[in-house]
Amino acid sequence: MLPRYFTDKLAKYGVFITALVSILVLLAIAIFIIKGGLPLFGEVNPLDFLFGQSWSPTYGEYGILSMIVGSLLVTLGAMVIAVPLGIACAILLAEVAPRRVRDLLRPAVELLVGIPSVVYGLVGIMVIVPAVRNLGGTGYSILAAVLVLSIMVLPTIISISEDSLRAVPRTYREGSLALGASHWQTIWHVLLPAARSGVGASIVLGMGRAIGETMAMIMVIGNAVIIPSSPLDPARTLTGNIAVEINYAAGLHENALFATGLVLLILILILNSLATLVLKRGEQHA
Amino acid sequence: MNKIASNKKIMLPVTAIMLLALGVAGCGNDTDDNNDDNTTALSGTINEAGSTTVQPLAEKLAAAFTALNPNVKVVIGGGGSSVGVKSVTEGTVDIGAASRDLKDTETGLTKYLLAKDGIAIVVHPDNTAVNNLTIDQVRDIFSGVITNWSQVGGPDKAIHVMAREEGSGTRTAFEELVMGADVRIVTNAVLQNSNGALKTALSGDKDAIGFISFGYIDSAVKALSINGIAATSENGKNGTYPIIRPLYFLTKGTTSELVQAFIDYCLSDAVQQIITEEGYLSVN
Repeated sequence: MLPRYFTDKLAKYGVFITALVSILVLLAIAIFIIKGGLPLFGEVNPLDFLFGQSWSPTYGEYGILSMIVGSLLVTLGAMVIAVPLGIACAILLAEVAPRRVRDLLRPAVELLVGIPSVVYGLVGIMVIVPAVRNLGGTGYSILAAVLVLSIMVLPTIISISEDSLRAVPRTYREGSLALGASHWQTIWHVLLPAARSGVGASIVLGMGRAIGETMAMIMVIGNAVIIPSSPLDPARTLTGNIAVEINYAAGLHENALFATGLVLLILILILNSLATLVLKRGEQHA
Repeated sequence: MNKIASNKKIMLPVTAIMLLALGVAGCGNDTDDNNDDNTTALSGTINEAGSTTVQPLAEKLAAAFTALNPNVKVVIGGGGSSVGVKSVTEGTVDIGAASRDLKDTETGLTKYLLAKDGIAIVVHPDNTAVNNLTIDQVRDIFSGVITNWSQVGGPDKAIHVMAREEGSGTRTAFEELVMGADVRIVTNAVLQNSNGALKTALSGDKDAIGFISFGYIDSAVKALSINGIAATSENGKNGTYPIIRPLYFLTKGTTSELVQAFIDYCLSDAVQQIITEEGYLSVN
């Protein structure tokens, strides 16, 4: 038999190598995207690319501002709807609902996570787009996209928020109730603040899913390259821009789509670090 | 949170295993290719990729060809016209398919005119008031000069323009044949990324107008007459319908005996019926 320290070492290096592989893969993705996108900036001014409003590769115009705006609007809209709903549902599952209701709702929420996004898109086309069309326009719009997206991010927010509410030590709850606080006061003033970092993490993860969502967005948002002036206008997201056009792209057009991916990567990095920063701040003040 | 953390731990080895599998699969393909190169009789693999307009037709032709030559495998891929041109230029496929004319920058390829395809201007079947448009009216609608159905004899309703995405062969051909130089499709047009998706979107909106390949016309949409000429295969073939584009197979340099046999077969009279059945316009 091998000495124990030897198997320990073996396991340690094995894990280390697999971790290294995943980092290398990440690095390779970044290098690949940069390599694919960089040639664009030999022909197009990066500022024109970022802040140009006209996207028309046939005419050599590569401005992605409307897509950046589209991605941010859709993500923001979805979070405005999904965050209050999601946290409310998490509170219901963790604190309020009787056991039997919870046993029914929890698997349902978990099932929602597993539904492929193309199915959400299909439901969007069949149900939400026609409903939005009654309000005016074609129905393929920011509003339809926001509605579909908020349903998609809900399960992420609900399940992680619920887990973190449950993880709050029992003594907190008992202490609050012992001091004469009502159930609701306990939830609002004790449990939620104590679970803040977990709830915050659920929002960050939900946001990540929202901004990265592609298929369902393409199917309901209309993909028009304009800065929308109303929720009923069509728009295009950064992810949608890549997915819609990569099939037919060649040359500089292809480089521009890689550059779009690069902007998306940077945008997600910025959003994530902002969210982490806000969360850390909150913890220090607590 | 625990759930997510444990998922991450699992993901690492899974990723590593997938990469290994990819590597092994890659090696497998290499040996296949070597076998293909050594064949002399009609056996082996032909790879085709490109225009999604050509794809359904190419699949039918491939099935017919492999029925006659059981030892041949024809792999049909999509990707779009630009992918077809690029793949055949780079040598990753034997045959590229394009549903538009080649650009000035796309050189060094041999074109085979496989068939022609009409582009129909389509509206919702419930749009009974409008049955015919002139080319100029179509151009004005898609460029945003005409924005209300009442301007072309319909009800007082806003026109919802639907189009294909930038770079699509159908859009490129539509721009060339209808819009002309420097007249652009309105930016607020709803864009779909395939003939099928556009048809689905259009069949749900009574105020919409769009364009799709002849092969995709069915009862879900109504094809308009253009300049008084109905959008039918006959009118496309005899040249009276004005929005017609070529469908090409493309090869580079000298092709293998097998690839040439397939192309000759696709251009022969024997397959003209398949082309007509699929809703395309035969050229012989």
